[in-house]
Amino acid sequence: MLQEESDLALIIAQIVQKLKGSNLYTQLERQAWASLQRPEIKLESLKEDIKEFFKISGWEKKLQNAVYSELSVFPLPSHPAAPPEHLKEPLVYMRKAQGSWERRILKSLNSMCTELSIPLARKRPVGEQKELLNKWNEMGTDEPVLDLSLFRPVYAPKDFLEVLINLRNPNYENGDSHSFRTHLGLIQVPLKVKDIPELKEFFVELGLTAGQLGVDDSTQVPPELFENEHVRIGQKVLSEQDSAAAQQYIRQGSPTALRAELWALILNISSQPEDILYYEQLKTNVIQHDLLVDSLIYKDVKLTASNDDYYFVFEDYLYQVLLCFSRDTSVLGHFAYSSASPPKSYIRGKLGLEEYAVFYPPNGVIPFHGFSMYVAPLCFLYHEPSKLYQIFREMYVRFFFRLHSISSHPSGIVSLCLLFETLLQTYLPQLFYHLREIGAQPLRISFKWMVRAFSGYLATDQLLLLWDRILGYNSLEILAVLAAAVFAFRAVNLMEVTSLAAAEAVLADLSTLKVMPLLQIFLFATVT
Amino acid sequence: MNTLMDVLHHRPGWVEVKDEGEWDFYWCDVSWLRENFDHTYMDEHVRISHFRNHYELTRKNYMVKNLKRFRKQLEREAGKLEAAKCDFFPKTFEMPCEYHLFVEEFRKNPGITWIMKPVARSQGKGIFLFRRLKDIMDWKKDTRSSDDQKDDIPVESYVAQRYIENPYLIGGRKFDLRVYVLVMSYMPLRAWLYRDGFARFSNTRFTLNSIDDQYVHLTNVAVQKTSPDYHPKKGCKWMLQRFRQYLASKHGPEAVETLFSDMDNIFIRSLQSVQKVIISDKHCFELYGYDILIDQDLKPWLLEVNASPSLTASSQEDYELKTSLLEDTLHVVDMEARLTGREKRVGGFDLMWNDGPVSREDGAHDLSGMGNFVTNTHLGCVNDRKKQLRQLFRSLQGQKKTPN
Repeated sequence: MLQEESDLALIIAQIVQKLKGSNLYTQLERQAWASLQRPEIKLESLKEDIKEFFKISGWEKKLQNAVYSELSVFPLPSHPAAPPEHLKEPLVYMRKAQGSWERRILKSLNSMCTELSIPLARKRPVGEQKELLNKWNEMGTDEPVLDLSLFRPVYAPKDFLEVLINLRNPNYENGDSHSFRTHLGLIQVPLKVKDIPELKEFFVELGLTAGQLGVDDSTQVPPELFENEHVRIGQKVLSEQDSAAAQQYIRQGSPTALRAELWALILNISSQPEDILYYEQLKTNVIQHDLLVDSLIYKDVKLTASNDDYYFVFEDYLYQVLLCFSRDTSVLGHFAYSSASPPKSYIRGKLGLEEYAVFYPPNGVIPFHGFSMYVAPLCFLYHEPSKLYQIFREMYVRFFFRLHSISSHPSGIVSLCLLFETLLQTYLPQLFYHLREIGAQPLRISFKWMVRAFSGYLATDQLLLLWDRILGYNSLEILAVLAAAVFAFRAVNLMEVTSLAAAEAVLADLSTLKVMPLLQIFLFATVT
Repeated sequence: MNTLMDVLHHRPGWVEVKDEGEWDFYWCDVSWLRENFDHTYMDEHVRISHFRNHYELTRKNYMVKNLKRFRKQLEREAGKLEAAKCDFFPKTFEMPCEYHLFVEEFRKNPGITWIMKPVARSQGKGIFLFRRLKDIMDWKKDTRSSDDQKDDIPVESYVAQRYIENPYLIGGRKFDLRVYVLVMSYMPLRAWLYRDGFARFSNTRFTLNSIDDQYVHLTNVAVQKTSPDYHPKKGCKWMLQRFRQYLASKHGPEAVETLFSDMDNIFIRSLQSVQKVIISDKHCFELYGYDILIDQDLKPWLLEVNASPSLTASSQEDYELKTSLLEDTLHVVDMEARLTGREKRVGGFDLMWNDGPVSREDGAHDLSGMGNFVTNTHLGCVNDRKKQLRQLFRSLQGQKKTPN
């Protein structure tokens, strides 16, 4: 009891500390001072009156949302004496693996830089700055200054997969003997993952007895049964502006018309003038300086999103978001709870001198092949560049970063892979064994889906329903469950294939899948 | 990818007729029609894919005339409000015969942009924008002396139309919608609306600064294909379902319902305006491709109606759309005489007008709030045609078996 109390006190102290530096704190202070003018605020009961005022005027709600937001992102309570590395990643071997992976990426980036004799960063000449400013809204039409064919993406998901396959816990000896406990999959680290009974409990709102958008809003079902009421509740949640309620609500899916606002509420994004100003500042940084990663971004957008049947329309928005993202140093904050660390670079000639070290790129995130697909679906919902930017940034520092860093977190990509393989092995053993025999390890096919959070593989409306649940449950585990559910769905065809290529072909096109029925069948309707 | 040939060849029981053999069905082109229709005898059951004088609807100058006349008639009969429902066509003047009327309108609205379109060409050919009268001097009537007129080459018929300067943009790009309407007869008027269609995007960002850049303003795929930025992989099309979802997430379902209901209005009124003019031969049916432009206030405008919408597929998705469209067209034409004639839906087609408005079965409440009839159209909605066709034909078979 005492331990819990002191844990709680620690968390409260840390959140208060964090919020004190935020804009909200300044606003609350200002509001409190202004409220002194009001007649109902009396000197004798100053504290209570101001609290009451905050409650009525909606400021308490905003504070609640901010606290809730911190709690969602905040790592689990740790011992006060734990060093900061433990906050990033408690397991040493994971930290080491992440460190060596990062060194590899940086080496690759540096060698490309040397090969092409292009500086990591340079200041743009004034003429070029002017031109870029004019073309800001249509960067997609421009041929980039450098020949893009010279650039290779720094890495692709399959390179990352190879690293994960080779992860081993040096303290864990599996023994040579094979038993029914032997894990048949590619991931060979002993992390705890949920099994179906635990998933059923975790995802209880997706159960067969609860209404779902994505299932119960189909044309055959009369809207009076579920949809109308659900929309009404959604509107109420929005009018209350309660983050926690929105997060609970969205577990059953978000109506199309309310989704943009609901996501903004859950992520606690409100477009304040300061936010717009911040975005404009980033835009200025883009205009003034050219970074090597910009070319990587151009290449990625041209290769992936521009070729997509639906996202090609948003090409310009993608540049506007991603180029600014690379320069946003506030993103560095997420490295406190991510196992990754931002790559360091040194001012020319001062290698090794810490005073001349800078993070490169400024936000510490090196984009890989497919990175722009994290942004593309958001263009469907947000049309104002600074809001689109904020939403993407928040989605990245809460969720997406876990998909390409090595950690033991339950939503980290390693756990997701292990969860996927364990589910498949436990509940579809025959299929797993068959695929393994023909050299088609299931993870080799599903890895790319999970790394991209299925963006570009599912139809957009289905993807948005899936991402609703990511926000609702504040976890990425649903990606692994969906991947397993897809295999279960196509099991009959997969049992007949005899090669990896054929298996890939069966699973090449996911655009017709309906995610919610698949998840429901897999979790709740299969005999276990 | 020839969709038409594939669909016809795959249809059970259909055989292609070579040379001069007798045929029961002809998907003809308009030039054949022009030369042969009048002296071709057709048995009762024979079907042909065009109406004799379809150009009343599909040639821009005739369509404008018919619409103007219809509008006047509506105003006389039902008042200004009703007539205003025909204001979906941007102000248009035939050139050169209406040149002076055009100049009057031109002077009333200084500085706006106009678009010149050849009356009879397609695929965006010959179209240009202008703001100054001197750009269209060739169409000025009665300025040449009688001596000159003998030597002059006759000027091609064009229409000058008010250019919609505030189109709805997605991703900064202009687009228009291609919608398919199947007319089985004009007297009485029976028309079907296909649920699928697509939005065609211009490859470049929209701006009024460069009216010379036809790639910006013209969204036909044929024109886009010649643009230097065109990458065939892109295809630059969105299925209507995607477009409808996008709008719904941005403006809410009610606004979208209103927009689509306004589009229904365009289809029906445009057909009504030529109803009495078109020779309604029972052998004829026609599949029209409507081009609609949406402006920033979510008002739909009719750009034109095509009697021979392109049936070539630009991608796999496009191929599937067009083959389904053609299959369902043949189902509705019903050479096999399977339908009862009382169907409200066949595959992806919904019966939109049957000598009067057609209601939705479930009597859904009216979302648009305008007191309008909730029509039986589902443009941009789910198209589960295969399932519907299975159910339809199964029940038809069942009906045939029970003697009555």
